[in-house]
Amino acid sequence: MSYRPSRVTRLDSMSDHTATTAGQTRTPNETQWDLWEVFTQEGEGAPHEHAGSVHATTAEHAMQNARDVYARRGKVVSLWVVPTESIVASAPGDAGPLFDPGNDKAYRHPQFYKVPRGVRGL
Amino acid sequence: MSIGNRQSGVGHREDPAETGPATRDGEWVAGARPSTATSGGSDNPAFEYVVRLADDRLVLGHRLSEWCGHAPILEEDIALANTALDLIGQASALLKLAGEIEGKGRTDDALAYFRDAIEFRNVQLVELPNGDFAVTTVRQFLFDAWDVLLLERLVSSSNATLAGIAAKALKEARYHLRHSAEWVRMLGDGTAESHDRAQRAVDTLWPYAGELFLTDAIDEQAVKSGLGVDVASFRSAWLETVERVLRDATLTRPADGFAPRGGRIGRHTEHLGRMLADMQSLARAHPGAAW
Repeated sequence: MSYRPSRVTRLDSMSDHTATTAGQTRTPNETQWDLWEVFTQEGEGAPHEHAGSVHATTAEHAMQNARDVYARRGKVVSLWVVPTESIVASAPGDAGPLFDPGNDKAYRHPQFYKVPRGVRGL
Repeated sequence: MSIGNRQSGVGHREDPAETGPATRDGEWVAGARPSTATSGGSDNPAFEYVVRLADDRLVLGHRLSEWCGHAPILEEDIALANTALDLIGQASALLKLAGEIEGKGRTDDALAYFRDAIEFRNVQLVELPNGDFAVTTVRQFLFDAWDVLLLERLVSSSNATLAGIAAKALKEARYHLRHSAEWVRMLGDGTAESHDRAQRAVDTLWPYAGELFLTDAIDEQAVKSGLGVDVASFRSAWLETVERVLRDATLTRPADGFAPRGGRIGRHTEHLGRMLADMQSLARAHPGAAW
């Protein structure tokens, strides 16, 4: 159940110039079941949020383990389980090019704009 | 009491005219009615009926709790503990109700911790030692398949409290069954070793499942008053579920034969006493302690 982000399919850094072929190097481990990521939703319309991961052999098995580990306490109305290897992750080295927030351009952020009075449900 | 001389009834009075046909060796065939006069019995049939429901859950819940920290994988460790807590919660509610029906001021704790084995009314199936994971899984599956059918009917009990407990328990039991059935399939249709262990577990436990469907005067009275349900009425539905899952799991359903019985009147295997010694030791060492 330990969360091991290394099991996701991680793209190589752009600086390697091999970007699109990455991540297929997972070594099969005979003594471990596959890892699944678990997402829980706490109310209708709320987002499914990452809760953690479980080991399991099949989707049904993963769903049951997710229920027992993450959904028994607290309010959960929906569960997603996703094979960890199906998740494609960015490379830590690309944080600069991908996530530089551009704080110098305030108009890029929604908070820059004032909502007119009388507008509801925004 | 002499186990070697079953004809003597092992401390259990029998009147053939009243109890119906018995097989050789003094054991009882399906449909026969064992006497309810064994020691520890109560003269209140409604109390007896609810205690039977409670004790199945209390004993099985405690057995499952013994896996805590020992299950094959962490996820299953948590799953078994969840099921144990569900069952013990149901037992607690049922024993509280039983205490109210009895009207002698006994609480759920008093009934759980201060009765001896001979006063317990669970079927023998649930008191058997956990064995390997296959034994625990198959035992749970045989019980869950029965439990769902029982609770589906018990929600219509004439006793509103019992109906309410059943409604809550039914949701839990449906998940228990989904979980244990899936594990029976995975073990049976898994590796050669898991298949062999699962088949051995089925062969060992099958006779004990027979007791789940036996009825006596206590049950008949509970059915008549609307308090309880007739377990014999859903044996074929149970078989249908069990046979389907065993088939999916590539396991063979054993033939019906001799079925141990007596748990409902306080006759238990040697294993229950040891389990209770463990389960009750704290409460008996510190009576009335709260934590």
